[in-house]
Amino acid sequence: MKIEVAVGQIKPRKGEYVSNLRRLGEMFEQIEADAPETQVLVLPETVLTGYFLEGGVRDLALTRSQLFDDLLRIYRECVQRADAVLDICLGFYELGEGKYYNSALYATLTSEIAEADSDHPRASILHVHRKFFLPTYGVFDEKRFVSRGRTVEAFPTRFGTVAVLICEDAWHSISATLAALRGAQVVYVVSASPGRDFGGTHVGNVARWNVLLPGIADEHNVWVVYAGLVGFEGGKGFTGSSQVIDPWGNVLVLGSAIDECLLQATVEMEDVATARASSPLLADLEAALGDITMELEQIARNPHRA
Amino acid sequence: MNRLPILRARPLAAEADDNLNVNEPLLTEWLIAFLRDEIVRRRGFSKAVVGLSGGVDSSLVAFLLARALGPENVYGIRMPYRTSSQDSLDHAALVAKATGINMETIEITDAADGYLNLCPEADGRRRGNVMARVRMIILFDQSQKLGTLPVGTGNKTERLFGYFTWHADDSPPVNPLGDLYKTQVWALSKYIGVPDVIVNKPASADLIVGQTDEGDFGISYPKADRILCYLLRGFTALRLIEMGFPEAEVAIVKRRLDSTHWKRHLPTVAMLSSTSINDYYLRPVDY
Repeated sequence: MKIEVAVGQIKPRKGEYVSNLRRLGEMFEQIEADAPETQVLVLPETVLTGYFLEGGVRDLALTRSQLFDDLLRIYRECVQRADAVLDICLGFYELGEGKYYNSALYATLTSEIAEADSDHPRASILHVHRKFFLPTYGVFDEKRFVSRGRTVEAFPTRFGTVAVLICEDAWHSISATLAALRGAQVVYVVSASPGRDFGGTHVGNVARWNVLLPGIADEHNVWVVYAGLVGFEGGKGFTGSSQVIDPWGNVLVLGSAIDECLLQATVEMEDVATARASSPLLADLEAALGDITMELEQIARNPHRA
Repeated sequence: MNRLPILRARPLAAEADDNLNVNEPLLTEWLIAFLRDEIVRRRGFSKAVVGLSGGVDSSLVAFLLARALGPENVYGIRMPYRTSSQDSLDHAALVAKATGINMETIEITDAADGYLNLCPEADGRRRGNVMARVRMIILFDQSQKLGTLPVGTGNKTERLFGYFTWHADDSPPVNPLGDLYKTQVWALSKYIGVPDVIVNKPASADLIVGQTDEGDFGISYPKADRILCYLLRGFTALRLIEMGFPEAEVAIVKRRLDSTHWKRHLPTVAMLSSTSINDYYLRPVDY
C-alpha cells in the first residue's frame, strides 16, 4: 500500500475563514491539475483562521460537522474529475459539547459522482484529534482560550491506521509513543510554530523540530508527515518547514521556513514493517508495557512526592 | 596510575557572546518577510517611510525596507534640528545613496522652537523629548501625505533601558528591530552593507552636542547587552556576578531595566468591568 501525500504550506488571512476556505479551493484545483495522484492532503494547525486569535476563538470556532460540510462543498465546487476522492487532515478551532478546542480533523472528501459509486469511499469524518498539550507560556496562551483534549488515538483509514498530533503534542515524546502503541503507522503532525532565536544554522524552533520529527519516526518506525503554517501574525512569524519523514528518520522533502509551497511524497506503508524488523524498539516497548503502566500509575497516584 | 583525560564543560562566561550571535543571512531573510507581510499583505501598503537619523538603527531599517519593498517605495526623511550634527545629515544621505531610496529633509527647528521659545527654562531632557515628538508628528504626517506606513527603528537595548521618548520613537506601527540588541543590530548592519562610517561611530541620540548613548548609560552596549541577555533569560543578578560580570555594571543595567517597565506598555487604564479592553476583551493586534 502506498499513499500519495501532499502538504499544503500556506499563509492564512487572520480571522478570514471564508477567504481562507476559497484559498483552499484553489489548492484543490491546483492539486487536481498538477498533482492528481494525491490521496491525502495535510494542512497546518488553524489553517483556516490563523493561530493567534485570543478571544477571537469564540468568533471563529466551528463544529466538526460545520467544517466538514464547508470542506465538502468547496471540494465539490472546485474539482472536475468525476471519480475525485481526497482525504484531508487540517487544524481548526473547534466548538464541541459546549467547549472550545484546538483540533485537527481527518476526513474523506469525494465528488458527488464518486459518492454515488459503491466502489468509492464515502465522504465522512474519520477522526477529530483535540490538542492534548496546550502551550501556555511565553508567546503562547492556549489554556486561556481552549480546553485540552483527553486522548491520543489512532484510527483506521483506507490506507491503514494513522494518528494526528498538533504542535506541542509532538514536543512530548509520550504523544507519539501513545500513537504508535495504538497502532499508527503514519503520524500526521499539524503545527503553527512561531520562529524565535536566530543564532544557529536554522531558526531555533525549526532546529528543535528537525530533531523531534525524525526522532519520532526513527524511534517508532512510523512515517511522519508534518505541516507547518507560514506567514506573520502581529510580528510573530511561523516557520513552515513542512516535511515528510520515512520510518528510518530520513527527511524526504522539506518546505521553506518562510514561503508558501506544496510538498509531495509517496508514503510506502510496507517500509514500516521493514524498518521495525531491524529496529524492534516498539515491540520492546510493548513487551515492557505492563511494568511501565505500573510505574506510571504509581507516579500518578503520588504526584506530590518529595 | 593510568590517568584518564579530563574533559571539562565550558562554564558560562561573562565575556562570551554566544547568546548574542545571529545568523545574519537567515535573519535578513526573516525580517524582509516580516516587513512584506506586515506592511503589504496585512495592511495593504506598498510604501514605507522611515526617519533617517544617520545612525545605525535607521540605516539598517532603510536597507531592509529597500530590499523588502524596492528602494523606489521607501522614503527616508531627515529631520534635523539646528544643533544636529552635519555628520548625521551626511550619513543619512550616504544611506539614501547606497540603498537608492527616496530622501527628503524637513527641518524641525521652527516647529520645535515655536514651543521651546515659550519655555526657556527647559532642560536638555525636555528639549530632547520635544524634538522626538515633533519628529513623530512629521513622520506620521508625511506617511499620510505619501500614502505610506511609518516604520520604527528602536532596538531591544534601548527599549529595555527606556532610552527613548514615550509615544515618539516607539510609535510607528511596525518595527523590525525591536527584538534585536544593539550589538546584534551592528552585526546585521555590517552584513547587509550599512557603510562602515555609520556602523563604527559611537551611537548617539544627537540631541546635545557630543552626547553618546554609552556616555549616558555609564556602560558600553556590548557589556550591557550580555547582561540584559542573561537577565531576560531569568538569571539572577547574583548568578551574573558569580559568572564574572562586575557588580556595578549589573546594577546599572538592572536599575534601568526595572525602572522602565511602564514605557513598554500602553497607558494604564482604570479597570472597571469584566469586559475591560486587553484585560478581558482580548483580540490580537492583527485580528
